[in-house]
Amino acid sequence: MAEQDDAPTVAGRLALAQRAGGAAGPVLTAVFALLLGGFVVLATGANPLSTYRAIFDGSGLNWLFPWVSGSARSFAATNLQQTLLLTTALVLCGLAVSVGFRCGLFNIGGQGQYIVGSIFALWIGSSFVTMNGPLHVVLAIAAATLTGAAYAGIAGLLKAITGAHEVISTIMLNWIAVWVGSWLVGQGGALQSHANGASVPISSAVAPATHLHVFWGNPVLQGLDVGFFFALAALVVYAVLLNRTTLGFELRAVGFNPEAARYAGIAVARTYVKTMAIAGAFAGLAGAIDVLGWEFQLGVTDIQTSQIGFIAIAVAVLGRNRALGVFFSALLFGALLTGTSTRNLDATVFRPDLAGNLTLIIQGLVVLFVGADVLMLWLWNRRRRLRVAT
Amino acid sequence: MTDELVLEMRGITKKFPGIVANDDVSLDVRKGEVHALLGENGAGKSTLMNILYGLYKPDEGQLLLQGKPAVFGSAKDAIQAGIGMVHQHFMLIPVMTVAENIVLGNEPVRDGVLLDERGAEERVRELSKQYGLAVDPTALIADITVGQQQRVAILKALYRGAEILILDEPTAVLTPQEATELFGIVRSLRADGKSIIFISHKLNEVLEIADRITVLRRGKKVATVSREGATEESLARAMVGRDVLLRVDKPPAEAGEPLLQVDDLHVFDDRGIEKVRGVSFAVRAGEIVGIAGVDGNGQSELIDAIAGLRKIESGTIELAGRTLEHATAREMLDAGLGHIPEDRQVRGLVLEFTIAENIALHDYAEPPDAKWGWLFPKKLVERARTLIREFDVRGGGPLSRAGTLSGGNQQKVVVAREIARDPRVLIAAQPTRGLDVGAIEFLHRRLVDERAEGRAILLVSLELDEILSLSDRILVLYEGELVGEHGADVSEEEIGLEMLGGRRTAA
Ligand SMILES: Nc1ncnc2c1ncn2[C@@H]1O[C@H](COP(=O)(O)OP(=O)(O)OP(=O)(O)O)[C@@H](O)[C@H]1O
Ligand SMILES: [Mg+2]
Repeated sequence: MAEQDDAPTVAGRLALAQRAGGAAGPVLTAVFALLLGGFVVLATGANPLSTYRAIFDGSGLNWLFPWVSGSARSFAATNLQQTLLLTTALVLCGLAVSVGFRCGLFNIGGQGQYIVGSIFALWIGSSFVTMNGPLHVVLAIAAATLTGAAYAGIAGLLKAITGAHEVISTIMLNWIAVWVGSWLVGQGGALQSHANGASVPISSAVAPATHLHVFWGNPVLQGLDVGFFFALAALVVYAVLLNRTTLGFELRAVGFNPEAARYAGIAVARTYVKTMAIAGAFAGLAGAIDVLGWEFQLGVTDIQTSQIGFIAIAVAVLGRNRALGVFFSALLFGALLTGTSTRNLDATVFRPDLAGNLTLIIQGLVVLFVGADVLMLWLWNRRRRLRVAT
Repeated sequence: MTDELVLEMRGITKKFPGIVANDDVSLDVRKGEVHALLGENGAGKSTLMNILYGLYKPDEGQLLLQGKPAVFGSAKDAIQAGIGMVHQHFMLIPVMTVAENIVLGNEPVRDGVLLDERGAEERVRELSKQYGLAVDPTALIADITVGQQQRVAILKALYRGAEILILDEPTAVLTPQEATELFGIVRSLRADGKSIIFISHKLNEVLEIADRITVLRRGKKVATVSREGATEESLARAMVGRDVLLRVDKPPAEAGEPLLQVDDLHVFDDRGIEKVRGVSFAVRAGEIVGIAGVDGNGQSELIDAIAGLRKIESGTIELAGRTLEHATAREMLDAGLGHIPEDRQVRGLVLEFTIAENIALHDYAEPPDAKWGWLFPKKLVERARTLIREFDVRGGGPLSRAGTLSGGNQQKVVVAREIARDPRVLIAAQPTRGLDVGAIEFLHRRLVDERAEGRAILLVSLELDEILSLSDRILVLYEGELVGEHGADVSEEEIGLEMLGGRRTAA
C-alpha cells in the first residue's frame, strides 16, 4: 500500500523514517559520519584511529573504564565534566528543536532563544544581590525560561496570524538576539561590568549566591553542576508531555497531518504558538543553566561565537526527536566538542586547530545523512531483501 | 482475446506482520484481455499487484512472463519487462508539463545531455493519437483535471512500453462521464493486444468491461470466472462469502423536528468565488436528506461551512435548536455535529496515529480519555477495542497504525469515531468511496439504523445510485443553488437533468 506511506508533512515523514529503521538508522548515521570524518583525518596525514582515540580520551569518556587510574583518572574526570556541561545545554536546546519537529515546525531559533534566556538569567542574577539565594536562583531560571518561551512564541504567533514561515522568522530572531545581547553587555551597555573602568565588553558577574551547586568536581574549574539534572528532568518532561498529555496529542496530530487535526476541531494555529513557546522554554532554560552553572558572566564574544543552538539541530535530527535519542546524540556531540577542543586534544596526534573543524564536518555529515535518511533506509531494506532472497 | 498467456502468477504468498495479505494466490492473464480483480477491502488486491510491479517481494511463489520465470527486484525491472501500473493515488509532478511527466525517467535526449522537449511532445502526441487518449502535451499537470491526469499516468506506462497494464481502482476518482471515457480507452488498448488488469469495487463496471474476473477473499483466491454468466449478486457472494443486499432495505422515515436548519447561506471558496449562493434547507430528526450534484457545484464548501471549517459570508445555521454564528469546528462538534469527511486519508485520519488515537481524535481532551490535560492511553485503547469489534474493523488492533489498514477499514474507523460520539446531526460526505460491496452494505445499513435512532443525516454523494437508494428527500445542487427537491420516489433521469442545469423545480 505504497500510496498510504506518504505522510503529508516533513515531521510525518521523519516519524516514518524513525519507525522504519528503529535505533539502527541513527547509529548507522553516526557511524558513517565518523567513518567519513576518518577519511578527512587521513587526508591531513594523521592516523584516524589514534586521532579518534585521542578525541575519546580528550572527551573524558575514558573515565568510564575502571582501569584508568591515578592522575589519568582525575584528568579524565575533569574532561568528562566538561563534556557533560555541554551535553546539558545540547539536550535542552536539542529538545527545543525536537518539540518543533514533532509539530511540523523547523525551529532554527534555538540559538536566539538560548541567548535571550542567558541574558535574562544574567540580568536577574547580577541584580538584586541582596536577595535570598535559592529564591534568587528560582527567579533567574524562571525569568529565563519564560522569556525564552515568549521569544520563540513570537515566531509561533507570526506563523499563526500571518502564515510567516518559522524558518525565516526564527533566523531573524536569532540575529536580533545576538545583536541586542552584544549591545547590552558591550561598551556602554546596560549590563556591562563597571570593573576596570568599564573598558571591557563583558557583563558583570552573577551574584555568587545564584551559582548552581557543583556536585562533581571543582567549582572553580567548571565542575559539573546540578543543571545536568535539569536536563535529565527535561527529557522526562518532554516524553511525558508528548505521550501523556492532551497538548502533546494535539501537537503530534498537527505535526503529522494539520488538515486532519483541523477537521478534528484542534486549533492548529494555537498549537503552533504553544509548541514554539515550549521550544523556547527549553532553550531559555539552557541559557540560564549555562550562565548560573559555569559561565557566570557573558562577553560580547561569548554571545557572538556560541553555536549551541545550531549544533542542537544536528542533535535533534540524529536523535530522531525522541527523548532517549536526544540524550545520546547530545552526549556524542558534547564529547566531540570537548574531545576536539584545543585544550583537550593531544597535539602530538592531531593538530587541535584542525580538530575543531572535524566536529563541524561530522555535524554537517549527520545532518546530510539524516536528510538522506532515505539512503539509510534503502540500505537497511536492501539488506533485508537480500536476506529474504537467499 | 486469444488464449495465449502473457502472465502467470503461481502460488504467491505475502505476509505482513500479523497478517497474510496473499495466501497461495494464482492468477493468469491472456493477451488482449481485460482481467478484473475483485475483493473486499483488505483482500490483498493491491498487494498482489504491487508484487507484480516489483514493489514487494513475495515470500513464496513464482512469476512467469510469456512462460518464462521472472524475478523483479524493483519496479524498474517490472517496467523493463513490459508491466505498467497506475496507482489509485498516482504520482505526477504538478509543476511539470504533461510531456515532461510522461518521459520522466526515460527522457529522449538531444546532443547527449539536453532534454529533447520537442521530441518528447511529438512522442506523446503519437501515443495519444494511437490510443485515443486526448491530452495536451504542453499543459501543466497542476492545471488539468484528475481524469486527464489519469490519462497522463496511463500514457506514461504506455510510453515505457507496457504490454500489461495494471489499473488500481481507476474509477474511484472519476466522474461517471470520465469513467465512460476511460472504458473507451481500455477497449482500444485491448483491441491493440494489450492486457489490462482492472481493480474496482463497482460490480456493474466490472461486468461491463472485464473478460474474466478473479475474486480474492481474505488473501485467498476464490475463483476466476468469465463474464458470461456472472451477475452482480454472484460476484458479491463470491467476494464476501455470503449473500449481500445490494439494495438498501428501509422502512419509510418517521421524521421529527428539524435538527439542522440552513437559511440563505452564502459561502466563498479560497479564490473568492461564491460557491454556495443562497442555500436554504432543513434536515429533520430521523430522516436522511441526500444532496445530489456534479462534483464542484458547491458541495465541499457547503459541508465545510456547516462543519465550521469555512467562513460563512452570510446566512445562518441552526443545529439542534441553537443558532451558531461563526462557530469553530470545535464548537460545531460540541453542539452535536458528526462529520464523515470526504477524503479519509487527508482529512478523516492521521495515518501516522494508531487506530486508538484516531478514534479519540475529537474527544481526547475529555473524560474518560483525559482529565486536567492528562491523557490516559489505556482508556483510548479500551474504547478502540470495543469499537473495532462493533464496527468490524479488520487488519489491525487498537495500536496498529491507521495507515496500514486497507481503505475500507480506514473508513470504518472514521465512521466508528463519528457515530460513537452520538451526534444529533451527521454529515456523510462520499462515505462509500473506495469501499467494497460488503462494507457499503454495512455502512448503508448503519446509516439507516442511525436514522432510526433519531439522528438527522445529511448525505452528500457523487454517486446518484447511493443518493437514490438511501435518501428520504433529495436536494439537487447546481452551481451553488438548490435547483430541485424531491421525495424518495423520483427517477434517476429527472435528477440527472437537474444536476446538469437543464431544469429547475425548486426556487
Ligand atoms: N505495508 C503494509 N504493512 C502492513 N500491512 C499491510 C501493508 N500493506 C497492506 N497491508 C495489509 O495487507 C492486507 C491487504 O491489503 P491490500 O492493500 O492488498 O488490500 P486491497 O485488497 O487492495 O484493499 P482495498 O480495496 O481497501 O484497497 C490488509 O489487511 C492491509 O492492512
Ligand atoms: Mg487497494
